[in-house]
Amino acid sequence: MNGCYINGIANISAQKTADPNSFLGDVIAHEELIFRSHEFNYKDYIKPSAMRRMSKSVKMGVATSKMALSAAELEMPDAIITGTGMGCRQDSEIFLEKILYNDEQFLTPTLFIQSTHNTVGGQIALGLGCKAYNVTYVQASVSFETSVIDAQLMLSESPDKNILVGGIDEIAKNSTLLHTLDGHIKSEKLPILDLLDSKTSGTVCSEGATFVVLGGEKTKNSVAKIVDVETKNSATPEEIKVEIQRFMRRNEITIDDIDAVVLGNNGNVEYNHYYKNVQDSLFSNTEQLCYKHLIGEYHTASAFGFYIASKVFQFGNVPSVLKVNDIRAKTYKNILLYNQYRAKNHSIALLQQC
Amino acid sequence: MAELQQELKEKIIEQLSLEDLEVSEIGDNDPLFGDGLGLDSIDALELIVLLEKDYGIKLKDPKEGKAIFQSVSVMADYIEKNRTK
Repeated sequence: MNGCYINGIANISAQKTADPNSFLGDVIAHEELIFRSHEFNYKDYIKPSAMRRMSKSVKMGVATSKMALSAAELEMPDAIITGTGMGCRQDSEIFLEKILYNDEQFLTPTLFIQSTHNTVGGQIALGLGCKAYNVTYVQASVSFETSVIDAQLMLSESPDKNILVGGIDEIAKNSTLLHTLDGHIKSEKLPILDLLDSKTSGTVCSEGATFVVLGGEKTKNSVAKIVDVETKNSATPEEIKVEIQRFMRRNEITIDDIDAVVLGNNGNVEYNHYYKNVQDSLFSNTEQLCYKHLIGEYHTASAFGFYIASKVFQFGNVPSVLKVNDIRAKTYKNILLYNQYRAKNHSIALLQQC
Repeated sequence: MAELQQELKEKIIEQLSLEDLEVSEIGDNDPLFGDGLGLDSIDALELIVLLEKDYGIKLKDPKEGKAIFQSVSVMADYIEKNRTK
């Protein structure tokens, strides 16, 4: 499979990442275990008449997609592919509550329309008047990567196309709290910036959206090349190590060629060994970067790794808040991403400067 | 009738998420669709549910809504004549 180019990228997260000219210059230190995305003036991108029905994920997705299209100087994509782990949870919750309280009567159309997983992709298409291929992947923590793979497949056949690809997830009042009960979210508070040093199980939860415009051809707006992406549903730490080595061989690079590795550590002591196993072996001499102590965990948080790699290529440096070891790369040409959530849905990606 | 019109305006704002709008900004005879409040077909469905849930009026033909939802005033008049709760 051929690689593809990121010709525009945008992100909304719990940090001030919406500004394309800034790269984590002013970090927000969150204190709550469940924290929302940074406030954003959605009215700059969405008409009030359209916004009144939108939940947070739809607003984040539509605004971010417009920012990515603007960065790519593209008005109409040839396809829209979105990934989400949980979809529009807020409206799903309200819809279910209304079913319950109204004894399955008087169900209103707005919540039904807005509560499906593909609502974000649909709203983007409606806003743009785009009738092209529109698909949403719901693949837990590889939802974004699966969307990228679909785009890569399409671009390998039609390199002249431009595909809008995004990952979106939102917090919802009740369903997010359920993850406190099942232990997915930690029970004791901690300064979120110290998350990676946590010695307890569970993690923290947040929300966000990342959109990229992918093309088969390099343009003046290209910020990175996605060389390859791979997902694996289930694997042991040792199998992941072997898989990363196989992935690098397939792409004809060695560990020495990797300038930095971006890891999805989320402070969960139960599953941290997946990362530690490669941090202490394969990448012991490689610059290591982590980000979930900044933006929290959610199913499409791994898309933030793509954002980080793109920004590192663009800015030529790494904000110190991302660094987790003392090794510094001289230049940044190849960045490898690895993420997993609770030992499932592993993803490996290689991004290259272009 | 004035009381019902006021109640309807509040419900329309709440049900249709018209948060940027104040009750005082909706005139009794302002068109709800088109040039007035600019409501759309999804809003029409929301209003049909509102009639049934809050006033016990079940529209047999959704097309009836076109006449009933002309304005708050027309809507209030229809409710007054047909309400079952």
